[in-house]
Amino acid sequence: MNDALLKEFQALVGKDNVMEGEADRFSYSYDAAVLEPVVPGLVVRPASREILGRVVKLCNDNGLPLTVRGSGTNLSGGTIPSQGGVVVLTNALNRILEINEADLYAVVEPGVITARFAAEVAARGLFYPPDPGSQAVSTLGGNVAENAGGLRGLKYGVTKDYVMGVDFFDVDGEIVKSGSRTVKCVTGLNLAGLMVGSEGTLGVFEKLILKLTPPPLAAKAMMAIFDDVAKASETVAAIIAAKIVPATLEFMDNFTIRSVEDFAHAGLPVDAKALLLIEVDGHPGQVADEAEKVEAICRQLGATRIQVAKDAEERNKVWEARRAALSALARMSPTTVLEDATVPRSRIPAMMQALEGIAGKYRLTIGTFGHAGDGNLHPTILTDRRNLEEWRRVEDAIDEIFEVALALGGTLSGEHGIGLAKSKYLEKETSRATILYSRRLKKALDPKGILNPGKIIGE
Amino acid sequence: MAAMHELLRLLGELDDQLVGCMRCGMCQAVCPIYGQTGREADVARGKIALLEGLAHEMVKDPQGVQDKVTRCLLCGSCAANCPSGVKALDIFLKARGILTGYLGLSPVKQAIFRGMLTKPRLFNTMLGLASRFQGLFTSPVNDIIGSSCSKLLAPVLGERHLMLLAKTPLHREVPSLDTKAGASGLRAAFFPGCLADKIFPRVGHAVLKVLRHHGVGVFLPPNQACCGIPALASGDRQSFEKLVRANLDVFGAGDFDVLVTPCATCTSTLKKIWPAMALGMSPQDQQRIKGLADKVMDVNAFVADRLGLIPPEPRQGAVSVTVHDPCHLKKSLGISAQPRTVLRMNPGCKIVEMNASDACCGCGGSFTLQHAEISADIGRQKRDSIKGTGAQVVATGCPACMLQISDMLSRSGDQVAVKHPMEIYAESL
Repeated sequence: MNDALLKEFQALVGKDNVMEGEADRFSYSYDAAVLEPVVPGLVVRPASREILGRVVKLCNDNGLPLTVRGSGTNLSGGTIPSQGGVVVLTNALNRILEINEADLYAVVEPGVITARFAAEVAARGLFYPPDPGSQAVSTLGGNVAENAGGLRGLKYGVTKDYVMGVDFFDVDGEIVKSGSRTVKCVTGLNLAGLMVGSEGTLGVFEKLILKLTPPPLAAKAMMAIFDDVAKASETVAAIIAAKIVPATLEFMDNFTIRSVEDFAHAGLPVDAKALLLIEVDGHPGQVADEAEKVEAICRQLGATRIQVAKDAEERNKVWEARRAALSALARMSPTTVLEDATVPRSRIPAMMQALEGIAGKYRLTIGTFGHAGDGNLHPTILTDRRNLEEWRRVEDAIDEIFEVALALGGTLSGEHGIGLAKSKYLEKETSRATILYSRRLKKALDPKGILNPGKIIGE
Repeated sequence: MAAMHELLRLLGELDDQLVGCMRCGMCQAVCPIYGQTGREADVARGKIALLEGLAHEMVKDPQGVQDKVTRCLLCGSCAANCPSGVKALDIFLKARGILTGYLGLSPVKQAIFRGMLTKPRLFNTMLGLASRFQGLFTSPVNDIIGSSCSKLLAPVLGERHLMLLAKTPLHREVPSLDTKAGASGLRAAFFPGCLADKIFPRVGHAVLKVLRHHGVGVFLPPNQACCGIPALASGDRQSFEKLVRANLDVFGAGDFDVLVTPCATCTSTLKKIWPAMALGMSPQDQQRIKGLADKVMDVNAFVADRLGLIPPEPRQGAVSVTVHDPCHLKKSLGISAQPRTVLRMNPGCKIVEMNASDACCGCGGSFTLQHAEISADIGRQKRDSIKGTGAQVVATGCPACMLQISDMLSRSGDQVAVKHPMEIYAESL
């Protein structure tokens, strides 16, 4: 970064909000994806939305690649910057601008922390359902840019289902408005829809309008234990086929069960081949009725034991075990590769079988848990990225996981995004024409290619 | 100054610990400094990435990394909240030692640690002298808290409100003790720690009163040294090891069931950091450290768990007390119920919990001197939480937290007393 330009950034965002030292820049060279770090040329932290827009323009005027970063919890490399580019932090733009209880929406700046927002909304007796695993630190801007999911996806949908509007800066720093504060809106192109999941490649979010709902009045959780993975996955399909949509329907394989038990001593049955953790919610009458039906289905399909949580404490225990899954696996080895290839839920038995085959073929340890109800499993490869020979096998295994998922009619990513990690596979799922169409779109909106270059559709 | 390749070799030894960080970033939710600055290099994930970068020669500037690694309260919130169980505190302490070995220890710190702190008699004498003259530079500012401020020393101390050195430190009034076990059948070695000895001897006296009341024999040897954490936090392993050995010598002579301290930081240092840093010391010292560390207990935990206390109901018109959980008690050692049990033993007290009682107070030892502004920003949040309860007293089991909280309350002109739970219990005896 030359001195004159550095001074211009300093004048714009304030000296305290510009980081140009090596150590500071290096600390923005990675995110939560297992990829090589790339060191940016400069990091800036705009203190207002207006200044954010001017930063975008300054980058564009000088042809500088710009990567927006919230909390850097991305699992696909979407927040790894370009060499010498500018990282733009949104974490100073963290105001909740409005929570409208009458019209059930909220307006927020992009840097608001997801869990803080959910708590603030809950305090008003309302509900913001998307609950990505990183919600304690992730930002809403990041959630929208990645179209983040979570445990409640099955019944409540994912982030895109709660985006009513996105106001964003184009590369010239002009505000583009999309969506509205109304339930219905067909005004103009659906630009908000275009922004969701765009991973910072098409615009820079200025503010977000998010949908809120009334919370469910009651909930009931249970754990069903199986001696056969196939029986567990058939149970998932049977519950949905019975026209019951649980709020959460989670799966854990034997390896994950044993890891969680070793780590959290949650009283899980270590000899079980699979567990389903199920929660139904809604009106108390409906909850009682559905819980009974789900229990009956589990029994019919061969669950060896079913534990229904009697109170809030027991319910909490069920979910603590699930929340401990990633931690428990992460402690087993230096490097944890968390994948999120997703299949239609009826194909989960086939996917599980394929994963077992892949683990054996490449001599790898793979623990699988995840959102069985929506087909979004998390095969988690335990490895050590310093062991280059093993790392090659990990890469081959990942390739094969994607191939299998696509062959089963699934998708590369359920909720982690494409970013850098999966962009090379994109054409396999879509088509050459899809990539070219996307690239032409990007070229038209971002002629100099400054907006998070290389992500999703390559360069 | 050691050669660069030696620095890389030593950092390489940390690699097995560093590689466990999966960059999930969950530490951002709990780091008090990140909460203030929002800068990645201030949070554990950033620091660990920087150390890895330096070890693998992707980062070239050791001083830049050291500057970031020392912007840390060593509160352990990150480690306590880490999904993959990375021992961030161990890593940062070791890294500070390695980087200081390469960059050198500042002359001021050399003078303080090597010239003074490691010589307990000299240290006591010098602070004894200082206590006689400090009144000349300072004036009392808050009677309830007992704090002072100083216009003359403002260039060094900023706006800080101080707790002055006690006129008579604990070691002067009670140079040593060696009493037999009484009704409890237990004997406790007592390690008051520097702050309970020199600034808050009232805490030390309260501990002795409670132990006497319960028939606990006390072994209090003279010439105790600092626990070593200030030196270790500055990367001065040489002084740290010297202090550890000095304490092993004075306590090695005694026969006791437990070793208690009223200081959360001393407790976690003796119990967890001494063993973690023992590698590199002689096998004999390692053996002695293990033997002693196994016996170390927070004094609240000892009194509540080993002496079978059953708190009475608070009486009518009891004074409301709120409790701050020191990081080195709750996050390092998992102790939070026991200080509450201890202070509920005084029927004149009732507890009103504050918001986020386990949020760090922002002291962090010498952090508060080097990064006064961030420290005060974090401290003000603690002050607001305390004030929010309307309590007349705030109790906390760590004299370092007591210093910081006294400063913060005093600066805001609050009339809230700052006490150790043992003091509150002792008042009822």
